[in-house]
Amino acid sequence: MSQLFSKANREALVNPLNLNNPIAVQVLGICSALAVTAQLEPAIVMGLSVTIITAFSNLIISLIRKSIPNRIRIIVQLVVVAALVTIVSQVLKAFAYDVSVQLSVYVGLIITNCILMGRLEAFAMMNKPWPSFLDGIGNGIGYAIILVIVGFVRELLGSGTLFGLQVIPDWCYEHGYMNNGMMTMPAMSLIIVGCVIWAHRAYNKELN
Amino acid sequence: MNALRKYFDKIKPNFEEGGKLHAFRSLYDGFDTFAFVPNTTAGRCGTHVHDAIDSKRIMSLVVIALVPALLFGMYNVGYQNALAAGQLENATFWGMFFFGFLAVLPKLIVSYVVGLGIEFTVAQWKNEEIQEGFLVSGIIIPMIVPVNTPLWILAIAVAFSVIFAKEIFGGTGMNIFNVALITRAFLFFSYPSSMTGDDTVWVAQNSICGLGFDVPDTFSAATPLGEIAAGATALSTSFCDQVIGLIPGSIGETSVIAIALGACLLLWTGVASWKTMLSVFVGGACTGWFYNALGLSPLDACQHIVLGGFCFGAVFMATDPVTSARTEGGKWIYGFLIGFIAVTVRVLNPGYPEGMMLAILLMNLFAPLIDYCFVSRNISRRAKRATSK
Repeated sequence: MSQLFSKANREALVNPLNLNNPIAVQVLGICSALAVTAQLEPAIVMGLSVTIITAFSNLIISLIRKSIPNRIRIIVQLVVVAALVTIVSQVLKAFAYDVSVQLSVYVGLIITNCILMGRLEAFAMMNKPWPSFLDGIGNGIGYAIILVIVGFVRELLGSGTLFGLQVIPDWCYEHGYMNNGMMTMPAMSLIIVGCVIWAHRAYNKELN
Repeated sequence: MNALRKYFDKIKPNFEEGGKLHAFRSLYDGFDTFAFVPNTTAGRCGTHVHDAIDSKRIMSLVVIALVPALLFGMYNVGYQNALAAGQLENATFWGMFFFGFLAVLPKLIVSYVVGLGIEFTVAQWKNEEIQEGFLVSGIIIPMIVPVNTPLWILAIAVAFSVIFAKEIFGGTGMNIFNVALITRAFLFFSYPSSMTGDDTVWVAQNSICGLGFDVPDTFSAATPLGEIAAGATALSTSFCDQVIGLIPGSIGETSVIAIALGACLLLWTGVASWKTMLSVFVGGACTGWFYNALGLSPLDACQHIVLGGFCFGAVFMATDPVTSARTEGGKWIYGFLIGFIAVTVRVLNPGYPEGMMLAILLMNLFAPLIDYCFVSRNISRRAKRATSK
């Protein structure tokens, strides 16, 4: 057990959550972070999907890393990722149809998410299966955290709801409060992601 | 004047290092350098360009140029209110003016307090000299919004644009986009119902302090461009009223005559570039004539220029020295494209009755590219001249 959670393994899991966050520090996967975060629920589902796909594709690639010919490794990685993406997409359609409609093409487009290919190339190809699996989970959750923060702000200020339930009381609206329509547009989420990065860097001085 | 100088000198020690009001040093600096040209100038040696006028004096000139349009806007707010209430014959000139004054004043105060507050705070925090770039933006912002804009969303929009359009880029003089227009764009996209909405935003509807009239709830008035966008083929206001400015619209944008007064001052003092200003009008007129000839727009070229925010944008915003093109040739292209895009958006996009804001913001984005092309063309031309000899 102590072997399984040695210091190196713990770092593979925890580092992407904060100091090596895929969105805030590596600035990868921005596109989907802008597209699916208008509401909190799809943001969480998207974060979970990416976490599962990153973790298992890391695991599979790491298992077969020695038998992959170097010249066709990208294609092999893509095949593995595509298979996983298809599975997740079908599961979503079967069990959470409404959310999968909201996410529309962005589930399929996980295959083009830079975080995935980045982790496969940078980590899974040269590490053992267990650390690779942890690294995948860490990066997926690091991505999901940012999505949840952005989704929370956008849904709260843009629609006045959280998970589709109204949280801003009616008397605010009666006294002239209005939802901010720009929060529901992707342009505003770019600014929010920018603010998250700003706050993150202001807090962690060593990143500057 | 001397008394003011003496007063400033008297309170100065309080704001210096160790004084009890040191936390408000930026505020003192700001007002001191606004009221008096500072004594400290760049060194006499070296390659400094010396001029008798500094940026704060230029900004004061622009503010003075804006005053006619602002005063007329106040009068027009009262006039539209009386017209809507059907009480025009009972209204006096001063009654209408003071009603408008009371309606506009809170917006001016909110805009200045929020904007300058953020600027002073940032300057104090980063230990920089205060730059009052907001002096002009602060008076423009209330003039380009409808009279019924709620104050709290105005405050949010001003804070947003000062932080994200200016301070992030490094403060006054470094911004890519015109700060006042970003404020309006934020309002426009965030709270569309209170910016164009259901045509009830353009006319003040309740009396203030006993002045003005209560307008019946069912009343609504569209701007002339709003009427056209809704499918009308003829306007409900006369061309004469449109030129004078007695039409519904954002507070300061309606009167061509008042804006022309400001334009004269800006051109006479050389603060605004006549090339930019002229080319915006040329671009708008050509494009308006073109669409009218094609039958796409019922408005002729002249009306396109007179209506909406075209004149205001051309005179006070397209010529913003920070965000516009700076090369002499680039100014022609920059201005012409603003006029072209503004009219094109009006005519071809039914969702946006007015395109001046979007046109200027878009060209703000392209201004550095235009400058780059002109500068590099100049460099290569000179290089050719040098090598051909």
